[in-house]
Amino acid sequence: MRRPPRARSRGFEPLIERALFACALVSIATTAGIILVLAVETTAFLREVPIAEFLFGTEWTPLFAVPRFGVLPLVAGTVLVSAIAMLVALPAGLLTAIYLSEYAPPGLRRTLKPVLEILAGVPTVVYGYFALLLVTPLLQRVIPGLAGFNALGPGIVMGIMILPLVSSLSEDAMRAVPGGLREGSYALGATRLQTSLRVVVPAAFSGITAACILAASRAVGETMIVAIAAGQQPRLTANPLVPLETMTAYIVQVSLGDTPQGTLEYRTIFAVGMLLFLGTFLLNLVSAWLRQRFREEYR
Amino acid sequence: MRGRSLDRAFQALALLVLCLALAALGALMVDLWRDGAGRLSWDFLTGFPSRRPENAGIWHALTGSVVVIVVTAALAVPIGVGAAIYLEEYGTRSVTARLIEINIANLAAVPSIIYGLLGLGLFVRALAMGRSVLAGASTLALLVLPVIILSTREALRAVPPSIREGSYALGATKWQTVWHQVLPVATPGILTGAILALSRAIGETAPLITVGALTFVAFAPDGLSSPFTVLPIQIFNWVSRPQPEFQVNAAAAILVLLALLLTLNAAAIWLRDRSQQTLR
Repeated sequence: MRRPPRARSRGFEPLIERALFACALVSIATTAGIILVLAVETTAFLREVPIAEFLFGTEWTPLFAVPRFGVLPLVAGTVLVSAIAMLVALPAGLLTAIYLSEYAPPGLRRTLKPVLEILAGVPTVVYGYFALLLVTPLLQRVIPGLAGFNALGPGIVMGIMILPLVSSLSEDAMRAVPGGLREGSYALGATRLQTSLRVVVPAAFSGITAACILAASRAVGETMIVAIAAGQQPRLTANPLVPLETMTAYIVQVSLGDTPQGTLEYRTIFAVGMLLFLGTFLLNLVSAWLRQRFREEYR
Repeated sequence: MRGRSLDRAFQALALLVLCLALAALGALMVDLWRDGAGRLSWDFLTGFPSRRPENAGIWHALTGSVVVIVVTAALAVPIGVGAAIYLEEYGTRSVTARLIEINIANLAAVPSIIYGLLGLGLFVRALAMGRSVLAGASTLALLVLPVIILSTREALRAVPPSIREGSYALGATKWQTVWHQVLPVATPGILTGAILALSRAIGETAPLITVGALTFVAFAPDGLSSPFTVLPIQIFNWVSRPQPEFQVNAAAAILVLLALLLTLNAAAIWLRDRSQQTLR
């Protein structure tokens, strides 16, 4: 039996499918666009600044009369702030995840999880305000040598911001661990703590690691908190008490001035952006790979 | 016995950490309210920026935010929903579809400031849109696209296959099935995801600074090619000034921004609850 064809739909259907496919292609075009824009400007930048000087130079003064283009101070600033954020978010996030997954009664879990996720939904500019005007002054009372702009305040606040990411994804990983493993552990007389730490956490390890790496990637790419509260002084230091600048904050700093297109100064933000993109991309890739492995383990 | 008390100690520690995190959120809110609530007034909402903090208002930034988000939604929602329909209903098994899927997952984790650089290089310069509402909204649209695609796919997946099969059995074509049967059922879910994605876009600051939204704009945007500023950028501008009076303005503007976000999120939650009831 033949389906009664609708004249209109006949020619219409392939057209629709093609239009929908075009929508899906926009995402591919976005990736291509990002890589292209960054690559074109970075190549132009590297034509004037040797790559060795850019990657290994220890002075970053592109806006000075005698410009230096060593990106290491920006990289060091980014790593320092992110490390502080991870020092806050990892222990707190994992504790929370274990509690929510293994201890909390279902009702409490259902209320706590969305409340925690509010923390991730607060705009980052608000966290910048928090770091500069509330957390740093509080810290200054305890640490006398702390400058008004520093890595510690924004680092801690950033840790609070990415905490829900760590806890939520780690909890998902722990809950995906088959119940049989837990029951086996309880049957051997283990307590809940022993079961959590020696059975569930090791079993979910790759999933938990994936969550932590994704959180680190988020911290590295976070912009407004550091642009507001960390200062804008590129400095090669491991001291969290003094002003410094991250890669993201530098891009914001240059964007705020009206930089003419085609100048070396304009290109620096793309070169720094390229480094940032490659760094976070690598972290995301490792995280995705670990998640994939985790999923395969418990299929 | 020792195990038991360790168990309890651990539980107490975890609860303590949870309370600390929530206390931080509470402290932030209390501080904002104490600093900013007194500054909130009709004049503040409808005023324009000024060098004197007590005269400054946020009308230009508030309208800027609303206009940019509306344009962002107009660009991102149709494209995002279209892409999701393709991936979920059409090209589910093709290699291209798999590639697009991996790509979307990757894009969702790219830092927002990188989108700003893309917007600067592509929309502002290459396509010569200048530092306009359209350039800013296009950038934000690309930024929220992965989120909208992912949430729309969830919504489509939640539509029972029997609805599709019933439609095919009656002789409907694929698109007729999608348009008349699948989409109406999935709409609340799609809208919820879209609203949540857009509420993230409202709070975005960095990509728009990079695209060149100005920090001092003394007028409300009057078209797609108009220069503009948004609420988060105005907040950033005020926070960065040394005078405490401007920081009070920042706190007040943050309260307005958070109220806007709260309204949007409440709408999303309301929609989700309603859709769960109808599906049951």
